Amino acid sequence: MHIVICIKQVPDSAQIRVHPVTNTIMRQGVPTIINPYDLFALEEALQLRDRHGGEVTVLTMGPPMAEDALRKALTYGADRAVLLTDRHFAGSDTLATSFALSRAIAKIGEAFGTPDIVFTGKQTIDGDTAQVGPGIAKRLDLLQLTYVAKIVSVDINGREITVERRSEGGTQTLMSKLPCLITMLEGTNEIRRGSLDDALRAARSQIVKWNAADAGIEDLAKCGLRGSPTVVKRVFAPPERAEKAEQIDTAEKTPRDLAEELIAGIFLRQPALESELAFDGE
Amino acid sequence: MLSTNRESPPPAAGRAAMKKELADQFKDHRHVWVFIELERDQVHPVSFELLGEGRKLADKLGVQLAGVVLGPPGEATWFAIAEAFAYGADLAYIVEAPLLADYRNEPFTKALTDLVTNYKPEILLLGATTLGRDLAGSVATTLLTGLTADCTELDVDADGSLAATRPTFGGSLLCTIYTLNCRPQMATVRPRVMAMPPRGNNKIGRVIQHKVSMIEEEIVTKVLGFLSDGQSATANLAYADVVVAGGLGLGAVENVKLMKKLARTIGADYGCSRPLVQKGWMPADRQIGQTGKTIRPKLYIAAGISGAIQHRVGVEGADLILAINTDPNAPIFDFAHLGVVTDAIRLLPSLTELFTHRLSPHSRDKLAN
Ligand SMILES: Cc1cc2nc3c(=O)[nH]c(=O)nc-3n(C[C@H](O)[C@H](O)[C@H](O)COP(=O)(O)OP(=O)(O)OC[C@H]3O[C@@H](n4cnc5c(N)ncnc54)[C@H](O)[C@@H]3O)c2cc1C
Repeated sequence: MHIVICIKQVPDSAQIRVHPVTNTIMRQGVPTIINPYDLFALEEALQLRDRHGGEVTVLTMGPPMAEDALRKALTYGADRAVLLTDRHFAGSDTLATSFALSRAIAKIGEAFGTPDIVFTGKQTIDGDTAQVGPGIAKRLDLLQLTYVAKIVSVDINGREITVERRSEGGTQTLMSKLPCLITMLEGTNEIRRGSLDDALRAARSQIVKWNAADAGIEDLAKCGLRGSPTVVKRVFAPPERAEKAEQIDTAEKTPRDLAEELIAGIFLRQPALESELAFDGE
Repeated sequence: MLSTNRESPPPAAGRAAMKKELADQFKDHRHVWVFIELERDQVHPVSFELLGEGRKLADKLGVQLAGVVLGPPGEATWFAIAEAFAYGADLAYIVEAPLLADYRNEPFTKALTDLVTNYKPEILLLGATTLGRDLAGSVATTLLTGLTADCTELDVDADGSLAATRPTFGGSLLCTIYTLNCRPQMATVRPRVMAMPPRGNNKIGRVIQHKVSMIEEEIVTKVLGFLSDGQSATANLAYADVVVAGGLGLGAVENVKLMKKLARTIGADYGCSRPLVQKGWMPADRQIGQTGKTIRPKLYIAAGISGAIQHRVGVEGADLILAINTDPNAPIFDFAHLGVVTDAIRLLPSLTELFTHRLSPHSRDKLAN
């Protein structure tokens, strides 16, 4: 079976700082990582391959340096990596991104075999939209299974797949058909440590690099800024709250004293709460 | 750098795209629509929050506000419509079909895109729930229009465009996004980000029924089962009036109990910062923040939580934020209302005890007499 997984190289957003004057992101020295949700998807893809045979192709769209993320994925055990990189993709919103990625997946299908499953992470940690996966599915006319917590079974010959997916307030068990696109939830499994063999292979591997033309994209108006219906008009820092928290003076006070003051402080500010708080203790 | 959510203003070459040049085919798009999320006979409260917001947008534009209900034939579906009116809708679109009983992407996408193509809304809002995000992504791609995820603020600007503001880079920045040249302008909003509007008693208004042009046999995906999270579930956390939460400052998994005990005593729900989930001290659906739940309680007590931006964005809507932290410089004091610089592990038991005393029926009676 052939599995394609889309990953994204993202800045480690825990380490991002905003320039206080210009309100722009200060990227210098901020390390990049593979979007954490994509790693769960990658592990799932690798496990399916190990169980059913076949190949895993990782795909990313990004600047040339995104090659690092692909090489990392190869060290985890992916079989092939494709970097889709072209200036024409700069400024892509989710619609333009899903267009470019879907064209590349179609091309991967022609070159290396039609994928049975396309994986993405649930969302990225920089964009956070959870829209690219469904976008790709729609563009490729694949069935979409989002927020999948568990792949229950895959029947390659019968072309069937059963998954558990999160929905509001519960877990839905769905049976669908291959090929399909799956967006994978976090916390389902932990990414393996690649073997030494994988590491050596990754170091030697050629990464397939495609520009728009290589990926068979003729209509550049559907790419990048031009192909993005959404336009960012303004970027700004969240407004500061004017005053800091009112501090309770702690000098020489026991926890009891402090608790008393805190409770008094709460009911002073929100008198109505006192009658609403349910007493449920002994 | 490419991004699904652009991180800086677009380069000069793209400025041309920032002019509004609406193609003729979009000129007759009118009205604000809110997707009323109905799953397993329950309307998700985010739909009412969106009707509140949609009402403001519709009034600014001088257009009507519609609720869109997709569901199986039956009482629950019509109840959802009645509720949409009660929360401010002027009219409702309904697609009733047995194949809309359980959420599946295929029939829902078909039904909603058909409605949009037929009745042409200008703005379409959905909740950023698992259902809403699944549906919004495929509807927007089918219609080839813009979709802005997880908005925290919606407005209409001078030329009538929807200005959708959302956090980016984990909340360190906000950006305002427009869909200038396509219709509808689509946006999702997370539960609890917008305030719940008051429930009125509007009579049922105009209801437009539409048929879904799909039959069960055409739908490949089948629902085999559904396991509800049940009563013990955390589904209520986002809607709790009082929330107590713990962070890494609790120091050890045993101390999580102290926080839960306080929560139980005052009838609060409880949550945590992300590291507690990562350590396995708490389940993922208790996480509050950017990648967890957004809450909007009347009272939020944070014990041993630093207040990183990713946590802050999930709790900012609380009426009263109380922080307990040993570090006087912890960022949480920048947005809390009341703070105490002390050891939470020592304070929590006292807080529980004194609350017990103050709230117990016995001492209340004594106070009353
Ligand atoms: C993409 C991304 C998404 C994220 N999403 C979320 C999210 O949804 N929610 C979230 O919470 N975080 C999220 N984070 C993590 C976030 O950046 C912070 O790392 C996290 O919120 C910190 O948790 P904390 O405050 O519990 O721990 P710490 O930052 O370690 O802070 C612990 C605090 O406890 C105080 N303390 C220590 N001992 C005591 C004591 N005895 N009594 C009282 N106080 C004490 C310390 O002074 C400190 O302020 C995300 C990060 C990333 C990169």
